[in-house]
Amino acid sequence: MPTSTEAVLPNKDACLALYRQMLVIRRCEEQLARSYQAGLIPGACHTYVGEEAIATGVCAHLNDDDAVFSTHRGHGHALAKGVPPKELIAELFGKATGCSQGRGGSMHLFSPQVGMMGTSGIVGPCILQAAGAGYSFKLLGVPKVGVAFFGDGAVANGAFHEGINLATNWQLPVLFVCENNLYATEVAFVDTTRNPQVANRAAAYGLPGIAVDGNDVAEVYAVAGEAITRARQGGGPTLIECKTYRTRPHAEGMRDGGYRSTEEIDEWKKRDPIPAFAHRLLDAGHARQEELDAITADVTALIAEALQFAHDSPWPDPATVADHVFSQGGGA
Amino acid sequence: MPELTYVEAAHQALAEEMARDETIFVVGEGIGPRGGNFNTTTGLFDLYGPERLRDTPICERGFVGLCAGAAMTGTRPVVDFMFLDFILDAFGELINQIAKMQYMSSGRLKMPIVLRGCIGVGGAAATHHSGNYYPIFTHLPGFKVAVPSNPYDAKGLFKTALRGDDPVLFLEHKSLLNTRGEVPEEEYSIPFGQAAVCRRGEHLTVVAFTTMVPETLQVAETLSGEGISVEVIDPRTTSPLDIDTVLESVHRTGRLLIADETFAPCGMGAEIAAAVVDRAFDDLDAPVRRLNGAHVPTPYSAPLEAAVAPNREDIERAIRDLMAE
Repeated sequence: MPTSTEAVLPNKDACLALYRQMLVIRRCEEQLARSYQAGLIPGACHTYVGEEAIATGVCAHLNDDDAVFSTHRGHGHALAKGVPPKELIAELFGKATGCSQGRGGSMHLFSPQVGMMGTSGIVGPCILQAAGAGYSFKLLGVPKVGVAFFGDGAVANGAFHEGINLATNWQLPVLFVCENNLYATEVAFVDTTRNPQVANRAAAYGLPGIAVDGNDVAEVYAVAGEAITRARQGGGPTLIECKTYRTRPHAEGMRDGGYRSTEEIDEWKKRDPIPAFAHRLLDAGHARQEELDAITADVTALIAEALQFAHDSPWPDPATVADHVFSQGGGA
Repeated sequence: MPELTYVEAAHQALAEEMARDETIFVVGEGIGPRGGNFNTTTGLFDLYGPERLRDTPICERGFVGLCAGAAMTGTRPVVDFMFLDFILDAFGELINQIAKMQYMSSGRLKMPIVLRGCIGVGGAAATHHSGNYYPIFTHLPGFKVAVPSNPYDAKGLFKTALRGDDPVLFLEHKSLLNTRGEVPEEEYSIPFGQAAVCRRGEHLTVVAFTTMVPETLQVAETLSGEGISVEVIDPRTTSPLDIDTVLESVHRTGRLLIADETFAPCGMGAEIAAAVVDRAFDDLDAPVRRLNGAHVPTPYSAPLEAAVAPNREDIERAIRDLMAE
């Protein structure tokens, strides 16, 4: 495990914001899992439970006009980038008020107005598209960054090689965030490569590669902050490998065990990023229990309202099915 | 009116638009100082430098996917594939990402990307440098596809492609690149989805694509001496496809031939024939006929290569056969 020294905590307000964001993702995901089990989500639902520290720690440094490109496990990225939980839940329900207005579902979450440029049902393209955002920002001369979130399952994909090589060669303002949760669906990363480390592959391309404890939001926050600042200042891209684990199945409705042991899952549950961070805040005097309790109550209410909103929202109008194939009008 | 080659006309469109719009940039292999394998970017590197004329490594998937991200974030990439066959390595990025992005984002993202490349049989280019592929892109929602057959159309359609917000395949047949034609000095553009009636006729309509247009025009001229009056229509874009102009023509002529170098199955001819039979069955005085390239990969050797693409004799024979129906 990569944790040797604990990252310095940011100031109290920033810490409480990180804590709250992680909790929003967790509670929203837990609600989505329940809604899936209740039959309210007709399509796929890949939850981010256990990995909340990564999206939270990275996106805390981003503005609405920075561009995030995500993968199939992207609910956390969307929420951390600023998509309201009600728009996420409504989208998974297939409602017109969803962030993709019912055209996307879990794997196609779009909210360009907050820089959420899409989750994807295909592993790999987000790496290339984030590099492309970096290309735009460099050409336009603006200090924005493109960020790609992807899993260990993308590392053997050609997009990883091509995108990182192009972005590094052209010194584009991009952050490549690999969420190494050890399994691509149910195939262990160690069974797909002779080099199960991701960060050290950066040496092959000539960009900084840093491995962090992806369950430590303070460490993710610190390392991502440095990398994003470097990118904004023209210092080129960084590859960050966040070692983490999803404690729920690949997708709701799938089995949990068989390909991984109960002991392994339990071991990682003990490293849950949210209580770990709470303890650290309490120990450091950055938060009192009452403050954390108040955040919990606030988040609980937020998710309840979001769920109600999704329930109450209208279905999309079938008459609009051909809208937006092209920039103007419907289909050709 | 000045005469330009097809390449020069398209180059003029690109140069004018790059001067007008600083967000346009070009990527491709050898499109920087070299100016492109087909002189598509000659001289532009000196004007606009490496960020807007970006030489790439040979990784089509990588730079197509990158350009998708760029098009989503405020710039207007032009991908120069040289030979369009090279686009095939990027199919996932094209079909799953570029073509679907506007729809998936409910129209909040635009996808202003132009994908240009040379197509077609000729010059012993063999099978990895001779593909046409436009029916494939026409089949899929989200792409616009331009297949200009002359310099005037090349410039006018390229202008429209560069000013729009949609993904456009801009496909240039190798055999047409050095053909010459009049191109006005004043500003103009050609809307997509408007066919050109290249020659008026009364007895038979030929819908022709790319190289088949000039070949058919030659045949029509020859046959006019025998009193056979052939109307020649060039759709100019396959997506959107201007069926109305074809219907109007068939209404007058009653006979339809579709001449297309690329493959027949699920192709442009099948689509046009189906539309005409569906909407204008009573206008037809004879079966709808298709003339296509052989349904095989493109061979190298001259006699084999000549055997796969329709030529002037094939067109003339097809017209005579159809007139005899």
